[in-house]
Amino acid sequence: MSWFKRTEKNIQTPTDKKRETPEHLWHKCSSCKRVMLTRELQNNYYTCLYCNHHERINSAEYFAILFDKNQFTEMDTKLTSADPLHFEDTKTYPARVKVAQQKTGLKDAVRTAYGKMNGEELVIACMDFQFIGGSMGSVVGEKIARAIDKALNLKIPFLMISRSGGARMMEAGFSLMQMAKTSAKLALLDKAGIPYISLLTDPTTGGVTASFAMLGDFNIAEPGALIGFAGPRVIRETIGRDLPEGFQTAEFVLENGFLDFIVHRKDLKDELTSLLSMLKDPTAEKS
Amino acid sequence: MSQKRHPRESYQNIAHAHTNSIKFVAFYQLECMTSYLDFEKPIADFEAKLAEMKQIASEKKVDLKDAIGKFEEQLKELKKETYGNLTRWQRVQLSRHPDRPYSLDYIKGICEEFIELHGDRTVRDDKAMIGGFGRIGTQTLLFVGQQKGRNTKQRQMRNFGMANPEGYRKALRLMKLAEKFNKPIVTLIDTPGAFPGIEAEQRGQGEAIAHNLREMFMLKVPIICIIIGEGASGGALGIAIGDRVLMLENTWYSVISPESCSSILWRSWEYKEQAAEALCLTAEDMKKNKLIDGIIKEPLGGAHTQAEKMYDVVKKAILDQLKKLDKLEVEERIAQRIDKFCKMGVYNEKD
Repeated sequence: MSWFKRTEKNIQTPTDKKRETPEHLWHKCSSCKRVMLTRELQNNYYTCLYCNHHERINSAEYFAILFDKNQFTEMDTKLTSADPLHFEDTKTYPARVKVAQQKTGLKDAVRTAYGKMNGEELVIACMDFQFIGGSMGSVVGEKIARAIDKALNLKIPFLMISRSGGARMMEAGFSLMQMAKTSAKLALLDKAGIPYISLLTDPTTGGVTASFAMLGDFNIAEPGALIGFAGPRVIRETIGRDLPEGFQTAEFVLENGFLDFIVHRKDLKDELTSLLSMLKDPTAEKS
Repeated sequence: MSQKRHPRESYQNIAHAHTNSIKFVAFYQLECMTSYLDFEKPIADFEAKLAEMKQIASEKKVDLKDAIGKFEEQLKELKKETYGNLTRWQRVQLSRHPDRPYSLDYIKGICEEFIELHGDRTVRDDKAMIGGFGRIGTQTLLFVGQQKGRNTKQRQMRNFGMANPEGYRKALRLMKLAEKFNKPIVTLIDTPGAFPGIEAEQRGQGEAIAHNLREMFMLKVPIICIIIGEGASGGALGIAIGDRVLMLENTWYSVISPESCSSILWRSWEYKEQAAEALCLTAEDMKKNKLIDGIIKEPLGGAHTQAEKMYDVVKKAILDQLKKLDKLEVEERIAQRIDKFCKMGVYNEKD
């Protein structure tokens, strides 16, 4: 004999009265797999409450984290990819770009803006990995070059947030030369004595590592980020053996002497502010 | 005299030797050792037949002069047709031809004197990247370049022309020396890429290349970069920032090799021909897209068929460009160098 008896058979609630769990209410950490409220994750700067894993976020989130009150002036929003080589593999390049634009609502793989961080002006260029793997083509190179120009003109620091698989194959030689272009601009910034901070996030590889990402006066990274020149798969195939554990993580790169420090995302804004304020000339008049 | 102190390397195989005394041997070896690419098969057959005819003519003392002459004429036509209509992939193949002159061949073919310098002063001497001061007439130049090997042992020693971070740092060290002593720089690019290995990552392959890019823009002396074989990606660009970037006719220069491109985009190694087409990686393509400054013509059939002639052409190109670059003030030259690279790229900018 049962405790309860079902009086009506089947589900009686009409479909339009059905109550679903709102989408994105819960977040499952992609590292430790534990579940937390998405709101909690957001409040924790998109890092896991339990294991500190830094989820991949995009330019919109970084701008919100770094610019005061999320106020900034975005630059060069009209730049979009052309198809100089009429590149076609299994899909045409313009088709790939279009799909990426629709999926992400972005124009290309980097956004550049200037505004105030804890009251101090700076220029930030931030890559969006969701747009064709954050790959660097002519648009990315040009936008970063112009962002550096802005920092040069306004004499304010430049922060580059890299998250990219490297150069964009579909623009072949043009992509390659963006490495040269961005490095040329950074040479000018360097000569002008303006601080350049490069933040490397997960993942930063290929032509991006081999150009602007490694050229910071300060190279810093988020914990656990994959940072390298060649991708792990390529290295494994080349040398024919397994890679050591923790190879090409931010911690590994720090240990080998190519990073200044690793910073938790929740401390990022204040750490950057402290660092930049220490570089300022105390005798200079505040304009 | 310096060459006596630094004995010629044995990789300079006899087919490339150019002293009169061993010309015959060289010719003989060339006959036996010339390697043909797949699309050169008809030419190879033709040449074999021609050799046979010549042998018969001399052995049996028959006069085949007319026939041979006609045959040679046809061969010339065939060569013109083959090499005049090369596909992009065939140019990639030619750029990797095993008989093709490498950096040290060019340097020794161009300079009257060359002193090789070693080491990055930090880790070790990278054999995949060579460099040193060379002299043409009264002009001293600094040469750096990736170096490939001729045989298995040397290929291994040269790591197939794939430099490690210390190679890029060695190159920069030498270029800074050139700046100090006010000598122009010539870089010779021939690499399938920077080496992807554990130690390379530990020692900062990305940083080493990035650093070179930035520093080369600010060097006060003229820089001429010549792609003599393969120009693969960042590994090539790491020594290819210059006032003039020139490509030999049968070389390639791009962001990735056709094979790797095929494996990533098509998920198979089989589409390398299509990838080569799509990448537009030949000298002609690169010039058309304003990504390089000029093309240096090669002898029919490729640089290796008449190496001596090739060295002369390259030497002349270097001296010509140098004359033009010498006329510019230092600041002007650097500004032009930066400006040139900053103009590269194609994009849309409209509402």
